[in-house]
Amino acid sequence: MNKPLRRIAIFCGLLVLTLLLRDNWLQYLKADSLKEDPKNRRVTIARYATPRGDIIVGGNPITGSAESSKTGLNDLKYKRTYKNGPMWAPVTGYASQAFGATQLESIEDGILTGNDDRLFFRKTLDMITGKEQQGGNVVTTLNAAAQKAAFDGLSKQGGKGAVVALEPSTGKILALASYPSYDPSSFAGNSDDDAAAWKKLQKKYNPSDPMLNRALRETYPPGSTFKVVTAAAALENGKYTSADQKTDSPLPWTMPGTTTQLKNEGNIPCKDAPMRVALQYSCNTVFGKIGSDLGNDKMLEEAKKFGFDAEQFTPVRATASVFSDDMNQSQTALSSIGQYNTAATPLQMAMVASAVANDGKLMKPYMVDELESSNVDPVAKTEPEELSRPLSAENAQILQDMMQTVVEKGTGTNAKIDGVVVGGKTGTAQHGVENSENPYAWFISYAKLGDGSSPVAVAVVIEDEGANRDDISGGGLAAPIAKNVMEAVIDSKK
Amino acid sequence: MSSTTNSPTHHTSTIGAIGAPSRRNTELALLIFAVVIPVFAYANVGLALDDQVPSGLLSYGLGLGLLAGVAHLGVRKFAPYADPLLLPLATLLNGLGLVCIWRLDQSKLLQSLPNFVTAAPRQLLYTALGIALFVVVLIFLKDHRVLQRYTYISMFGALVLLILPLVPGLGANIYGAKIWIRVPGLGSLQPGEFAKIVLAVFFAGYLMVKRDALALASRRFMGLYLPRGRDLGPILVVWGISILILVFETDLGTSLLFFGMFVIMLYVATERTSWIVFGLLMSSAGAVGVASFEPHVKMRVQAWLDPMKEYTLSQQGQFGHSEQAMQALWAFGSGGTLGSGWGQGHSDLIKFAANSDFILATFGEELGLAGIMAILLIYGLIVERGVRTALAARDPFGKLLAIGLSGAFALQVFVVAGGVMGLIPLTGMTMPFMAYGGSSVLANWALIAILIRISDTARRPAPAPASNPDAEMTQVVRPS
Repeated sequence: MNKPLRRIAIFCGLLVLTLLLRDNWLQYLKADSLKEDPKNRRVTIARYATPRGDIIVGGNPITGSAESSKTGLNDLKYKRTYKNGPMWAPVTGYASQAFGATQLESIEDGILTGNDDRLFFRKTLDMITGKEQQGGNVVTTLNAAAQKAAFDGLSKQGGKGAVVALEPSTGKILALASYPSYDPSSFAGNSDDDAAAWKKLQKKYNPSDPMLNRALRETYPPGSTFKVVTAAAALENGKYTSADQKTDSPLPWTMPGTTTQLKNEGNIPCKDAPMRVALQYSCNTVFGKIGSDLGNDKMLEEAKKFGFDAEQFTPVRATASVFSDDMNQSQTALSSIGQYNTAATPLQMAMVASAVANDGKLMKPYMVDELESSNVDPVAKTEPEELSRPLSAENAQILQDMMQTVVEKGTGTNAKIDGVVVGGKTGTAQHGVENSENPYAWFISYAKLGDGSSPVAVAVVIEDEGANRDDISGGGLAAPIAKNVMEAVIDSKK
Repeated sequence: MSSTTNSPTHHTSTIGAIGAPSRRNTELALLIFAVVIPVFAYANVGLALDDQVPSGLLSYGLGLGLLAGVAHLGVRKFAPYADPLLLPLATLLNGLGLVCIWRLDQSKLLQSLPNFVTAAPRQLLYTALGIALFVVVLIFLKDHRVLQRYTYISMFGALVLLILPLVPGLGANIYGAKIWIRVPGLGSLQPGEFAKIVLAVFFAGYLMVKRDALALASRRFMGLYLPRGRDLGPILVVWGISILILVFETDLGTSLLFFGMFVIMLYVATERTSWIVFGLLMSSAGAVGVASFEPHVKMRVQAWLDPMKEYTLSQQGQFGHSEQAMQALWAFGSGGTLGSGWGQGHSDLIKFAANSDFILATFGEELGLAGIMAILLIYGLIVERGVRTALAARDPFGKLLAIGLSGAFALQVFVVAGGVMGLIPLTGMTMPFMAYGGSSVLANWALIAILIRISDTARRPAPAPASNPDAEMTQVVRPS
């Protein structure tokens, strides 16, 4: 009987070997993916096991951490707190015990919890010295004064809207506001109150969708502000070589392939108007015809150079703005004045203003300046990076000149600042079927200081359901906010 | 007593000197480790959870030490030549299991569950009872061959044990598997654990008698010996019973365990590979057949194939779905190579049955890959000692019983560990010695006692050739 016994012994050995192999697969090969699975509750437990690191603006934390209430079955020790939550929500995102984390709170979770490999040394040191693990900090590029100006402007205005301000020479995001907003503190825990607050903020129960980050995640038809891109395309493609060269612009103008006339807003001097004048009065016919003449491909190429049709990672993802690639001439004409399919995020339009202000160089927008460990040792620093060059320096000068005319004596006079050169462009974009809904009021602008440097470029968009239709124009609603933001940045530089 | 020529210390039976050493002192030394390791683990849990050595450390250490000591003295007295590894290995597993159960008792999450009981004191009680049973078996089972007399009573007993959970009013359906009975005042029992031993006795007795008929009367076909039709009877009956268990008690594990044990013993008894082939074909046909229509078994198979989907469904509150399988995988994965350390994991997220069916997941998370490999090797070592006992046994009944018990033990470890680690569908069985549960602890201590008894008989030196004084007289003729 001993021969089969030995074989059974081998069989039992194989059973154990199979288990050992399976265990190695599970606890070695698959360990990391299981450990980091966001559905694995341990990820959340770890996130709140120690005081979370802070998100910092201008040296001051805009977040905090407090011990969770000890009632009930809370396995999460600390809870996130926010200072001035609604104002900073588009920057921070949220970290909620019950509802997970998004945006900066999620992307930099490793640093904030202290679990990131880059903090390994610090973590080990804390473990040896018996100190509680401390999360690192995320230092942002934002400017507190500019953010306040942007958020106050939006909330005073009262409608939905967003503001993005960039530093043109680096791509640093200086302001990132969205309105209506939400307070991430209100649902940071996991109590019933938190759940109720969360529910109230959902789009299903709150049609104004306060949790939408309009600055990065919503696209709007950019309207006349897109004419800056069209003008850039005309200059870059050599269609016109100066601001004051007469253009070939009949009035009335029937769009090629159709019997529809493209209309201007009111009786404005658009016939054969030079681009400076056309931009000053916001002539649809002039820029529609430029787009139509250049054609879909060339317009698309220029739009892409400005960042259209690509998601931006700031590192928080921004939705891709749209300029279509399969349009006929009349559709291209409409798209070139920011209508039809064209849609842009506020960040995208700020990038357009910023590229013009930075002499044609588009810098990659970013909001995380530095990551640091809990004892303020730098861990990583973001270096400014050139994204593309939508304009040559000369053409950028020409376009700046045109945009400055808009603010000096055109539709954007509300953005004038004493002693500072300001260039801008208004926009009023129609939307809805047959333009039935309220249009969006846009304003994009930049400021230039005496030394030729440009500290700030801004994009403001407002959708006001309550206002009288005729009152909506970029110059009236959006330009004052842009002005305040620019002033705040300039003042904080002094 | 001793001869005039031999030194006074020599025993009468000179043959003793060439027999195997008893190895009882080796066992004692190993037992000390088997007690000290869990005590350290216990202290470790306390330090991790409350920053202090648990207040029960001394009593727990003494308790476990006392139990191990009693078991050791029992073996020393009643089975002095037994295998020295079996007792320490079982004690170590039992001690670690106790620590882990105590550790899970401290979880606030588990305490909040409706069916929560402080399990560790009960498990300590079961362990005491188990060791008492162990000693009782050693005392009263002087020779394992006695069991041979009870072959058919065992068959009857096993059937009763298996049917008990189905008796209305007695059986209890706990989360879909009907393998428990409720005994008023005692709680629930899992008769299947005891049936495992009783069935092994029956199979061993039966096969010992029938092995020649089963082995020799066969035709050769395609390289396989085909048994005669009428010899197929027993295997068909056992197969049928396993299928019935699967259908009525919806317990894949027990079913697989019994059938697997039978096939192993049949193969050893007849030395015919054809039985293995038949066994594999029949068990896979049965398992696939039942799994395709029995809803509980089917659900377990689906949970095994896609634990994430099962988790999602359970999170959505759908009835009949369980997050446990996925939670166990997360526990293992989060443990990684070295584990989080005693008391620092979150395996309580498995919630129900975290300290019984899923106890291995806690070990996986807190002791890591290293700990699980060590534990699996300890189980492997127990099986290896059992198989060695079977090899050393001199009688066919002892061989069959030893291989049956070790084979069943190995299959149980495989089925449970494989289930928890997602290698095979989950079954309702528990890790021997580690998991919380009185039936399991008692039955497995009895199993070890029987193996120790067989190994004692196998390793015992042959008795002195003669014991009458005349023989002694003749033996002395030897020049010095």
